Amino acid sequence: MLAPAAAISLLLSLIVYALTGGADFGGGLWDLLASGRRAQAQRKAIAAAIAPIWEANHVWLILVVVVLFTAFPGGFSAVMTALNIPISVMLVGIVLRGSAFIFRSHDPRPEPGRRHWSRLFGGASAFTPVIQGVILGAMATGRIRVADGRVTTGVFAGWLTPFALSCGVFALGLFAFLAAVYLTLDTRGEPDLQADFRRRALWSGSALWPMAGIVYLTARSGAPVLFHGLTRWWAPLLLAATCLCGAGALGGLWLRRFSLARMAAAGQVALILAGWSLAQYPCLLTPDVTVANSSAPEVTLRLLALALAAGGLVLLPSLVFLFRLFKGDGRRRP
Amino acid sequence: MSDFLFARSQMAMSLAFHIVFAALGIGMPLLMVLAEGAYLRTRNPVYLELSKRWAKGTAILFAVGAVSGTVLSFELGLLWPRFMAEAGAIIGMPFSLEGFAFFTEAIFIGVYLYGRTRLSPLLHWLAGVVVAASGVLSGIFVVAANAWMNAPAGFTFAGGRFTGIDPVAAMLNPATLHEVLHMTLAAFVATGFAVAGVHAFYLLRTPASPFHRCALGLALGLAGVCIPLQVASGDLSARVVGRFQPAKLAAMEALYRTQENAPLILGGIPDDGARMTRLGLTIPRGLSLLLGDSPGTRVTGLEAFPRANWPDVRIVHWSFDLMVACGFAMLAVAGWSVWLWLRRRRLAEHRRFLRALVAAGPLGFLAIEAGWVVTEVGRQPWIIYGVMRTREAVTPVHGIAVPFAVFTGLYAFLGVAVFSLLRGQFRETAGTVSTTPPA
Ligand code: HDD
Ligand code: HEM
Ligand code: HEM
Repeated sequence: MLAPAAAISLLLSLIVYALTGGADFGGGLWDLLASGRRAQAQRKAIAAAIAPIWEANHVWLILVVVVLFTAFPGGFSAVMTALNIPISVMLVGIVLRGSAFIFRSHDPRPEPGRRHWSRLFGGASAFTPVIQGVILGAMATGRIRVADGRVTTGVFAGWLTPFALSCGVFALGLFAFLAAVYLTLDTRGEPDLQADFRRRALWSGSALWPMAGIVYLTARSGAPVLFHGLTRWWAPLLLAATCLCGAGALGGLWLRRFSLARMAAAGQVALILAGWSLAQYPCLLTPDVTVANSSAPEVTLRLLALALAAGGLVLLPSLVFLFRLFKGDGRRRP
Repeated sequence: MSDFLFARSQMAMSLAFHIVFAALGIGMPLLMVLAEGAYLRTRNPVYLELSKRWAKGTAILFAVGAVSGTVLSFELGLLWPRFMAEAGAIIGMPFSLEGFAFFTEAIFIGVYLYGRTRLSPLLHWLAGVVVAASGVLSGIFVVAANAWMNAPAGFTFAGGRFTGIDPVAAMLNPATLHEVLHMTLAAFVATGFAVAGVHAFYLLRTPASPFHRCALGLALGLAGVCIPLQVASGDLSARVVGRFQPAKLAAMEALYRTQENAPLILGGIPDDGARMTRLGLTIPRGLSLLLGDSPGTRVTGLEAFPRANWPDVRIVHWSFDLMVACGFAMLAVAGWSVWLWLRRRRLAEHRRFLRALVAAGPLGFLAIEAGWVVTEVGRQPWIIYGVMRTREAVTPVHGIAVPFAVFTGLYAFLGVAVFSLLRGQFRETAGTVSTTPPA
């Protein structure tokens, strides 16, 4: 009972990371792609939207890691060994994104001098989600085999497959879409900018559908366990809900109901991740590492549950405070 | 070099980089809060300006601390998967709690840095207090995890298996208290002296600047209060190490023979082959006196341990001496400031003293790096002292030279970038504030 609970808290942290930290990466992509007469204004809006919150959003990833190695030390060890290369690459992206962002906003030089930081920030933001998607995808391929707690398939298995790569592209698409949707709300006061981001959200949101199709098609041979999982009884329901959210998000954008669009887009991302994990449950690393066979002893799980509950008590009000302060409706002051 | 050595080097390099930002992430928020608190009490605008400037620097340092810390949490598994497969369940607790401390810190640093115009002054200051407190807490939790590697507790180890796990006992292991105390003070000492050094440097150029005077007062105050405590807590550390990790202590002191009336050896060249230390400055009975308060105290030398269980004696001994030397040098500077202050001399106009402060600026960080080398290299060949060897813990992945090179290059680049950005900010500060006449 405790191990599945730990797995659920892992999934929840991952979902929140995607919804918050993921969107910050998406914002970086739009920074890279800023264009037209308002390119500078777009960049400014993106920077203002993520500056106060990106570090807090980033901590969700750290929570994912510490919960993973506390609750599933065997799984952590196997994942970190088999996916050593893509994870190291992801870390380089995370380091460059975070530091380039903060360096850019504190570089005393005028704009042309800061452009290097801007490019680095945008490039790293665009690249990191791809590799994050590849990593999650690789865990589902079933190509990584583990025996006696040791990885037997080397360090190239899984993540160089078409399935994993399509997951990477899909992740970038999701984060870009989320970011564009959020930015329509962050630019409430500036109709021109809002229109820019609305257009981007509509485009990227529409592009998600064919991308999802490719992931689904490559899963048939690329991630058979996952694919099979998607034929269980709940799958059509989940699919319907996801599609509903996706359509709701696009509809909301179309009708300029931006708060609705935000909720629907977030729901869409959450459902996709939930579906992904349900389909391969109880595997953490398909097929050999499961929630049951890699979990920590009872006592650790119990203490972890306590720590998460106590931490949540401090954390949730603080987060609400943070977001109310910087994202609250109509309370923006210069 | 082997993959194993590259893995160790990558870990050491990443930690040595991170600890600089971590220590500043503990120390700077306190200085910010002190400055803003001084403003709220005295309404002297110089303090407000000071807290704003310090906050700007902290924003950069904090971000680099956060990303380099993220790398570390992954590296525990990327480099030491066998260690984490066993230790995760035992010391995951402090790491998870640390996660929440990071959360609080990251949330409120956002509030503090960007919320100045949106909050009442008191609430804004309180946000800073939360940042400072959670910074200290993060340090405490992560160091508790490290202490467990030095003085493992909270499990039974038999036949290669870890059973009877008790994460609470693991967190409260015998090394936690002294390491946590020593590290927290170290962060304050190092930050205090570094900041005092920077402002002393600018005071040498613009002695009248009220901005740099106030800054110097606060930073030196923090450093001066903490450094005597730090030396005392170092004494506690050494005693506990002597009890729980006698081989590390023997290496720190370059003591080969087990003896009563053990001498204290400063410097010198330890020679493992001959089992003696040449050319050191020897204080007869010094070590026995320090550890046991009586010359008769028996101190275990390296000869009591199999040769394969010795750490690198030279590195450990020299690093230890370097840390202690830095500690006493800073203590001397702090003592001088008290002496000058008692004689009612204006510190900010005493050029020799200011030069000494500039010179002492880097010593705290030097001592931190040296201290961690003592702790970590002194624990070798063990990753979990007496239980698991570092060699058994290392990843089976080959070609670790590549990530080592990549991350070293990356951190070198970040180091240069941070340095030049901060210098730019200091220049800006010197240009705008220091010219205002004394209030
Ligand atoms: C400002 C920094 C600083 C200063 C001035 C000192 N230290 Fe230190 N020392 C550290 C910063 C540090 C550290 C980097 O923070 C370490 C590494 C691990 C730890 O807990 O603290 C450390 C470790 C450390 C250890 C090893 C603890 C262990 O392995 O468990 C001992 C025995 C001492 N110190 C002793 C001293 C003594 C006798 C000092 C007298 C001047 C001293 N330190 C000054
Ligand atoms: C294996 C060792 C370590 C790991 C895995 C680790 C992990 C991390 C992580 C993930 C962060 C980022 C948190 C954020 O996003 O805000 C961080 C920051 C921090 N770490 Fe470490 N850390 C380690 C060593 C240390 C040590 C030895 C200290 C000692 C005091 C320390 C103190 C801090 C502090 C105070 C911060 C927050 C301030 C800042 O970001 O500058 N860490 N660490
Ligand atoms: C931030 C301050 C720290 C510094 C500067 C530091 C320094 C070092 C050094 C120099 C090594 C290499 C030792 C050798 O291989 O000879 C090392 C190894 C290691 N350290 Fe630390 N350390 C720090 C804190 C920590 C903390 C807080 C943890 C974990 C909780 C930790 C975990 C490790 C591990 C897992 C290794 C690799 C295995 C080993 O060599 O024992 N370190 N560290």
